[in-house]
Amino acid sequence: MSYLEQNIRTIPTGLSKVLYFNWPLALLLTAVACTGFLMLYSVSGGDIERWAQPQIIRFALGMGVMIFMAFIPINFWREISAFAYILGIGLLVAVPYIGETRGGAQRWIDLKFMTLQPSELMKVAVVMVLALYYDWLDERRVSRPFWVALPILLILLPTFLVLGQPDLGTALLIMAGGAIVMFIAGVSFWYFGIAILSIVLLVTGVFASKDTEYQMLKDYQYKRIETFIDPSSDPLGSGYHITQSKIALGSGGLTGRGFMQGTQQRLNFLPEKHTDFIFTTLGEEFGFVGGIVLLALYGLILIFCYVSALSNRDRYGSLVTIGVGTTFFFYFAVNMSMVMGLAPVVGVPLPLVSYGGSAMMVLLIAFGLVQSAHVHRSR
Amino acid sequence: MRRPAKPGRLRQMLTRRTILLAGLQAGVIGTLGVQMRRIAVEQNQSFRLLAEENRVNIRLIPPVRGLVFDRLGKPLAYNEPNYKIDMVREQSGDPETVLRRLATIIPITEEDIASALEEMSKRRGFVPVTVAEDLDWEHIAAVSANAPALPGITPELGHYRIYPQADDFAHILGFVGPVSDYDLSQTDDDDPLLLIPRFQIGKNGIERRIEKPLRGKSGVKRIEVNSIGRVMRVLGREESQPGANVQLTIDNRLQRYAMERLGKESAAAVVMDVRNGDIVALASAPSFDPNKFVRGISTTDWNALNTDTYKPMLNKTVTGTYPPGSTFKMVTALAALKGGFVKPDDKVYCGGYLELHNRRFHCWRRGGHGKVDMHDSLKKSCDVYYYEVCQEVGIENISAMAKELGIGVEHELELPAVREGLAPTKDWKKRRRDADWVIGDTLNASIGQGFVLASPMQLAVMTARIASGTKISPRLVNAIDNRPHPVKGREPLDIDPEHLDVVRKGMYGVVNERGGTAGRSRIRKEGWDMAGKTGTSQVRFITKEERARGVIRNSDLPWERRDHALFVAYAPADNPRFSISVVVEHGGGGSSVAAPIAKDIMLEALELSEDMDYRSLPTDVRAGRERPDDKA
Repeated sequence: MSYLEQNIRTIPTGLSKVLYFNWPLALLLTAVACTGFLMLYSVSGGDIERWAQPQIIRFALGMGVMIFMAFIPINFWREISAFAYILGIGLLVAVPYIGETRGGAQRWIDLKFMTLQPSELMKVAVVMVLALYYDWLDERRVSRPFWVALPILLILLPTFLVLGQPDLGTALLIMAGGAIVMFIAGVSFWYFGIAILSIVLLVTGVFASKDTEYQMLKDYQYKRIETFIDPSSDPLGSGYHITQSKIALGSGGLTGRGFMQGTQQRLNFLPEKHTDFIFTTLGEEFGFVGGIVLLALYGLILIFCYVSALSNRDRYGSLVTIGVGTTFFFYFAVNMSMVMGLAPVVGVPLPLVSYGGSAMMVLLIAFGLVQSAHVHRSR
Repeated sequence: MRRPAKPGRLRQMLTRRTILLAGLQAGVIGTLGVQMRRIAVEQNQSFRLLAEENRVNIRLIPPVRGLVFDRLGKPLAYNEPNYKIDMVREQSGDPETVLRRLATIIPITEEDIASALEEMSKRRGFVPVTVAEDLDWEHIAAVSANAPALPGITPELGHYRIYPQADDFAHILGFVGPVSDYDLSQTDDDDPLLLIPRFQIGKNGIERRIEKPLRGKSGVKRIEVNSIGRVMRVLGREESQPGANVQLTIDNRLQRYAMERLGKESAAAVVMDVRNGDIVALASAPSFDPNKFVRGISTTDWNALNTDTYKPMLNKTVTGTYPPGSTFKMVTALAALKGGFVKPDDKVYCGGYLELHNRRFHCWRRGGHGKVDMHDSLKKSCDVYYYEVCQEVGIENISAMAKELGIGVEHELELPAVREGLAPTKDWKKRRRDADWVIGDTLNASIGQGFVLASPMQLAVMTARIASGTKISPRLVNAIDNRPHPVKGREPLDIDPEHLDVVRKGMYGVVNERGGTAGRSRIRKEGWDMAGKTGTSQVRFITKEERARGVIRNSDLPWERRDHALFVAYAPADNPRFSISVVVEHGGGGSSVAAPIAKDIMLEALELSEDMDYRSLPTDVRAGRERPDDKA
């Protein structure tokens, strides 16, 4: 049997592609989203129209987009990767001129029917362009300094654009997602070692220089960094949020107080109760068990991504799938660590659960890529 | 063509590193799980205690609402302190017992207790519910002294909104009232203040349209309370920001005078400064007392307001639209001059009616005016002249001119329900009435009848634009928190100044020349001459038979079928300062009813005009004090 024949046999065409979807993955995503609907319904005090309904509509829309993307061969997505990256950069550059300001930062473009956050799109675009790069790059050059410098530039350009918005959380996620793709693609451990070492040195250097004549930053900048790292030094600001969210989580106990029975309604006065801090409501109403179930769902999503990636012999498809899975991981890991007081407060939503259109849309577009890679994988 | 997958070293490396990555991530997920267990299960007891016994509580500090002043700095809306008692259900244990105990200290009735209990059962446990209002300081002191026996009870300082000018400014200011479920369903405002029961928000007028700046920003107080709701300590406090102070363009003296002069009629009067668009009086009669709404209006009063045929709740100046009648003739005349369809000297013979397609269109004067040119057509308000002229001009040109002068277009005013009026076109009739435009429609429109509609405010704008020759736009708010609102429409009108002069002379003739329709309302003071135009618009159709029998006199008709009386004017004629429009609903003739009112108000405006400059806002007006610190 020739290679071509085998290809025809194993790569589905037409509507039969439906049978080859990664259905378990789609089901898991829906399960997580449904948890989100329940929580939004509860947080709004039983007002379905406030948050739950728009969220359901957007999720349905996003699922449609995901399924549509799955039908299109992964080759097409490979071809447009570079274009997606350039478009993303273009939007990021354009945002200060045509964007809307919310919460003091210019991050949004109003598309009339929805608002678009170019920095969200950039997370996927960086993964795509790096996967394309390593798909194209000759095996022997992967760890050559010049060929390592190139992707670093591809990552740093959008990182600094996003940092200027200013949106530290998203910038870090873009950088982390890109670095992981480089790592998986096989860049030598040495580079990562050097990178981590130099970051550590830089940070200690900056702090060591404090109160000496070589002091590198202004005093107020140090103070800002300190409250970022240790929120309890600012009990009325972010420290207050952490205390409140820990009280809510902690009072849930093993099985929680029950659906809609949360009493920590003081969170009503926190603007983020339906976005970044929604996990506290889950913890209070469904307790430890509810939290673990959500965590398990997230874990299963990762497992299905990685299994799909490892069973795929197409390098682009594998890299994109792992890149998307990892970005997803960073989302929930950072959010949960923040809510549980393990990490500083940065504005990262709980994926598919927090209220918000842009993030959900981009995640489902990313999973559309994963599905496409899965359907059209070369076995 | 896809390349075959790369085998070999990189493939292996990808697999190995993915497994390594997955392992690291599993470790993180495990850590998260362990941390969750530590918080939720192991430290559950202490957090539960924190949550339920020694809890941190957030109290909103409502901001003090901004004040409203007129152009002279006279307060039109301010706040009076109101001592009240709030109760938080989840802190009180058994609300009913506590309320009974409270009833022994302050005067509250069984009904108050019942309604408070009902209110509390509807709200979430942490929401404070007002139990009693309008208390003396002694009662507040007594409650504070007995605080330990009254868990969940808090004395609070609230505010009443006071409108010292009462009826005179009811339509402009509107009023505030407690936020309702309906209000909440209509707004996407997520300000937590709106969740406070009975929080006062603007319900009408300026109070509603400038709600957000007036409201201010809430402050937050974080307090630690123990299990019986006693405040242990204040952890932090973010002060509220009081609402913005608003200065209107209105002159309270002229407003009051205009309201008095309109008296018991169902009428509206608008006075505008033609130089900058400032609305110095905006009177709609009859009116009502907005203070009644603040303290909760009684059903009797409410029904009386709503069943009154004179519609006191309606702001007739901007929401009422009327056929402008002959006051619209300036529009037709300017449209005719602009298109070159007629020269000012061209004469038309008026024999009392014009016959067209077997239908007679009557002039208001049965015997006719004889030969009239444009000047006379305005002065004597001849209808036939316009029937004749408008056939060539066409409705599209008339409509365009109406819009140029501000009729049938939207004006941005900080009031609710500002109507657009209507400058009809062929296309409009096709779309909205599903009928073709006929020439009779044009004839009716040419004298401001038929489909044409304008609000008194728009008529004042029209007159101001004719008088000034600029596209001046109305202005009601001069400044919010001393940030001035710009004057709009200083650019000249797209009309030949010579044409405007012809029309202005005609309007001058209406009031000051022999045979003018408003000769009786002349201002006899040197340099204060007024130029104007009367209008009497029919609200009913006069049949041929009725005409044959003799038209019934207005005063013999039931009120709601009588004609509207209108008058527009500006003064002084040679150096215009103010424009005015007066509409008396079903009042009868424009010259006999509306013009005298307009003359009196104009005279008053001119007399006050020397002392009408903006003054800075006083700082000693009571805006309401900050509530007393926590005596829980």
